[in-house]
Parts: sequence; structure tokens; C-alpha cells
Amino acid sequence: MIPQDQTAIREVSITLPVRDDQLNSLQLGDAVFLNGMVFTGREGLYHMIFEKKAEPPIDIRTLGGATFHCSPAINESSPGIYHVPSVTATASFRFAKYMPEFLSRYNIHFVIGKGGMSSRVYKESFVPNRTIYLTTVGYGLGAIYGKGIVGVKDVAWKKELGLAQAIWVLEVNHFGPFMVECDARGNSLFEQGNDEINKKFLPLYEGLPIPALKRLGEVTSPAQEVV
Amino acid sequence: MYGTDRYEEFMEEKDVMIRAETILAASRELNTRAAIEIPKDVQQKVEKMASEETNPLSRYVLEKILDNYETAIKDRSPMCADTGLPRYYAKIGNQASIEGGMVALEKSLRQATADTTASIPLRPNRVHPFSRKDHNNNVGLHAPTVDYSFEPNVDWMDITVVHKGGLFGGEYRMLFPADGIPGLKRFFLDSIAEFLRRGMSCQPAVIGIGVGGTKDVCVRLSKEAACLRLVGDRNSEPEIARLEEELIDLGNNAGFGPMGFPGKSAVLDVHIEAAYAHTGGMPVGIQQFCYAQRRKTARFFPDNTVEFREDPRWFTPYYRRETID
Repeated sequence: MIPQDQTAIREVSITLPVRDDQLNSLQLGDAVFLNGMVFTGREGLYHMIFEKKAEPPIDIRTLGGATFHCSPAINESSPGIYHVPSVTATASFRFAKYMPEFLSRYNIHFVIGKGGMSSRVYKESFVPNRTIYLTTVGYGLGAIYGKGIVGVKDVAWKKELGLAQAIWVLEVNHFGPFMVECDARGNSLFEQGNDEINKKFLPLYEGLPIPALKRLGEVTSPAQEVV
Repeated sequence: MYGTDRYEEFMEEKDVMIRAETILAASRELNTRAAIEIPKDVQQKVEKMASEETNPLSRYVLEKILDNYETAIKDRSPMCADTGLPRYYAKIGNQASIEGGMVALEKSLRQATADTTASIPLRPNRVHPFSRKDHNNNVGLHAPTVDYSFEPNVDWMDITVVHKGGLFGGEYRMLFPADGIPGLKRFFLDSIAEFLRRGMSCQPAVIGIGVGGTKDVCVRLSKEAACLRLVGDRNSEPEIARLEEELIDLGNNAGFGPMGFPGKSAVLDVHIEAAYAHTGGMPVGIQQFCYAQRRKTARFFPDNTVEFREDPRWFTPYYRRETID
């Protein structure tokens, strides 16, 4: 599945909302560029919806079906006038528990973020909802992603959640690249990479002692993931 | 009598104090440059990695990282929107004189943090840990952090600003002399397993390792080692320098590229700092600083001229001294 030759990264442009045949055709490792509307959300959004049982004041069902785990660097030059020069994702694994309900209730087909989730989460909640996970590339490409943001269309819960956690509705054009980490079948690009890496990585432990002082912990083997 | 008056007049006319307004203006400039402009040492290392990486996914990521460095400078945008937790390292000459003293210095640094949070903009990451209250200016309880060191026989002051993320890449472990270097290597590999998978710490990264001291000191030194030395710099102790090189090899032959894709481009450099430890212990801190290395330094002279540069020059022989004086 992982492309092997030097020129294999395929770049794909998609206008939101995405068509079903486009979802099916996306392959692990494809670089996707989005056009249309994307809304942001992280701890604050999930807390409001799932802990405080509040409905967002914006109808996020009809925005195009793409959500982004991030908070943009926002410049408010005068009240209500926003400029977004840069945007970078935040790690998505923390939001995995909200996905089954969130994806179906709000009609989400692209989750954009950092680092993905496990293929178990993908198979249980992404595949049934026809949702693809797109990971940002390198994670620190704020300036490139900022270039794809045409403007701020709307903002919600700014007062309740602050600038960093508010829901920002961004109008985007050639917004990317985002890499397909979970395809329509729920495969994970990262997990496939790990299988390959482990063959080289795990033998490096040979001959190195277990630390004299142990610690309680959930992860007991370097082959296991911490997320 | 006449001579004394003349001298006092002379002292009043000539700048001998680093003025608060100079510090405020230059600190704003430091934050701006740090957020936007990648230091040359890091950029050159990533360029080399991109030209040598053979895995297509890893290579694609490295090429985009290089594109992003250029875009940030061209568009005057922060290179990464997670502008981290702005912090300062002040190295103050023993003969330096600061208008308003240290309290005024700290106020200028806090003011510059708030000002540039709005003007660049930086992301207002700093919140109260319990209430999550956000002042939207990166200033709050113990924020921004300012660390101090001193330098003998000089009248300048260096301020280094670092914007570093704060969620992944940091680890601490109490090792013992019996664990030794092999135990340190195992800890190094464990930290790779934890933070390089899926690229959680945003590699290629500089890995800073603090060995010895106390728990807090080894963690502090690991962060300084990751943030305040240039890529390519080796520790002045030959034995430590050799270990740095060995760990760079180990890290780049562990199978990882950027984002945890298969590859050989994970570690920009390894910097190790040592501190005298308890005779029974060998505490170790590890910190990774991502490829978006936001750091810049300004030197303030008594005549209120300011020189900006990329090398923090934090680890001076005096700072690493072993003797009483």
C-alpha cells in the first residue's frame, strides 16, 4: 500500500462536499487539497457538545463535512475582522472517544488533524460513516496551510471558549496538502509504516539493560503505540 | 571638586544603562523574527536530509517543510501556527546595568509577549491549568518563563527567545550508575518509540539530553540543550561529544523518518549537557525541539545598540564551569 518509488505521492484536489466515488478512490499516502468550507474544533467543541450537551450556534452539518482538529493563529485587526496567517493541527488521538457519535450526528466525511487514530477506531466509527482521516503533513507547516485560507466565514463560541478553542468556519482554496492516513476501508498509513519500522527498530534494543528502577505504565513494549 | 562635577555630567550625558524601551522594542522584534524566520543551521540540515532521504513519504514531508520555511519568510507568517509557549533566556553581564533593574526587565519581556501575541499573531496558548482561563496574550501565572545566567567581565546582556510546543517529546527517568551508558541508550530508544511514532514530536527534531544534577536540573538542561545550541555543535567534553555522535547515528538508523513514516531522517542533532549528580544517581531528562526551531537572540550593549543573531551562545565556559570561581 505504501508507495515505493520516488515520484509516487499523488496529489488530489477535492471540492467539498466530497462525492462518494472520490472517497472510494483515495489511497493511503495520497496528498489531498481541499476547496470549500472547513470548520475547526478541539477540546472545547467536544466538551460543549458532549459534556455540556450544547448544540453549536452554527449548523455544522451543512458546512461541507470537513472538520479540522486545530486552532488557527488569528489576528483580529478590528472587531469581527479576522486574518488567519497560519494554522497547524493538534493531536487527534485525544478526540477518538467522541468520533462514533460526532461523525454520524454532524455528517462528517473528512477529519483533518495530527497523527491520526488507531485502525480499530477507524474500522468501528470511520468506515460506517464513510469518513476519511487526513493528517496534516509534517505538522509544522503553518505558513503553507495559512496560504490556503481565503477568510473566516463565521465563528462560534468565541466568548465561551476563547480564540484558540472557538469554532472557526474557514473558507479554503487549494488548502493542503493533507495526507490520507485512513482510507475508506479503515486502513492506517501510520500502522503500516510501524510494521516496516519495527523490523529495524526493535533489534536495536538487543543487549540494553532493563532500567534498575521500574515505573508503572500502560505501555510495556517499544513495539506498542502510546496513543 | 571641578573634576568630579565634570565626571558626573559626563556620566549623565552618555548612555551607560540598557534602557527599558530598548529592551521592549528589541524583544518584540525577537519574538517576530523567532516566529517567522527559520535559523540557517536548521534549514541547511533539513535540506541535506531531504536530498539524502530515499523513502517517498518521508521525502515529501521534508520537501514540504522546506517550502514552508520559505513561505513563512515570504508571507511574514509564523512558520507554525502552534507558536508554542514563548520563553526567554537572559544572560546578563556582571558589569551590565539595566534601567529599572531586573523587575523592569521582566516587565518588558512580559509586555513584549503580550504585544506580539496580538501583532504577529502568536497563538494565545497559555491558560490557567484548572479553570482554562485564557488572557489571550500568553501572559499569566509563571508565564512567560524567564531563565537567567550570568557572564563575568562584560557589560552586555543577551536575551534569547524560544517558542517551543509543550505537549510531546519530553521525558524524565531516574537512572543509576549501574544503568550507565547502556541504560541511557535504552531510555533514548524508548523516547523515540514514544514520540517518533506518528511523528508526535514533529521530527526531524533536535534531541536535548540532560544528565545528572537533580530531577529538575536534568530536565532544565535537556531543554536548554535542545533549544540553545546550533545544529552541528558538539559538547566541549570529548567523551560527551562522542556520545552525541553515537546517539545521532542510533536515532537516524532506527527506521524513522518525519511523521513516523519509514525513513532515516528523524534526528537533526543530539545535544547532551552534564551536571554533577548525587553519587548514587544518574537522573536523565530528554527533550525534543521540533524542526520549526523558533529561536533568536539579541545582544544589548550599554550604548543601547542591539545586535540580533541566531546562535544563543548560552553554554559559555563560565556557564559550564566545574570550579569554585
